Amino acid sequence: MLKLLYFAWLRTKIGMAEERVPLPAGVTDVAGLIEWLRGRGAGYADALANLDVVKVAVNQEYVPFSHPVTAGDEVALFPPVTGG
Amino acid sequence: MSVRVQQQDFDIGAELAALSDGDTGIGGVCCFTGLVRDLHPQAGEAAGTVRALTLEHYPGMTERQLEAIETEARTRWPLSASLIIHRFGRMEPGERIVLVACASAHREAAFDACRFIMDWLKTKAPFWKLEETDRSGERWVAARESDENAAGRWV
Repeated sequence: MLKLLYFAWLRTKIGMAEERVPLPAGVTDVAGLIEWLRGRGAGYADALANLDVVKVAVNQEYVPFSHPVTAGDEVALFPPVTGG
Repeated sequence: MSVRVQQQDFDIGAELAALSDGDTGIGGVCCFTGLVRDLHPQAGEAAGTVRALTLEHYPGMTERQLEAIETEARTRWPLSASLIIHRFGRMEPGERIVLVACASAHREAAFDACRFIMDWLKTKAPFWKLEETDRSGERWVAARESDENAAGRWV
């Protein structure tokens, strides 16, 4: 299984903060996971339309889209941060 | 060395006193406090004034990122003590959002480390601001290029 987390406007566009999904067949990296997610519905496609404004963390560390994804990972998708 | 992510407000005086308490080798404490302001960042836009900010964060990763930033600061400067407090939840103009404090034997390290921590925090700590304005409703604050540039100075 994968634990997927969405924050800020990705959360509101996708319509949930968190979900668990089986590792999709053929998905080996973050880019592949995002492509798979885009096919799950209009909310996902809208949230993930422009990857210039999407950041990724795997197991709570920032990673590039080329980073591998394996079963058991926690994958978070969110906009560039605006704290402070 | 301490990181706290919390909903409640903090007392700056008490925090700064506690930071240097018991270490008479400390010669200076530098601190930065971030506040909610009511001025909309995009001047000229008919968005009105900010009524409140709601800070969302990524529990777990937030603490890890802040600890990593603090650790990096302490490898770069000889700090005697350091503190990062960042709030989450809904806050109104005038409320404190963040406190960074650095203590050192000499002021240069305290000033520089404090600025470094704030600059890196702005681009690395997973917080997001949702703004409520009096005219245009709610909207997510967009990241600013000037913050990326500020963080990039320290690489």
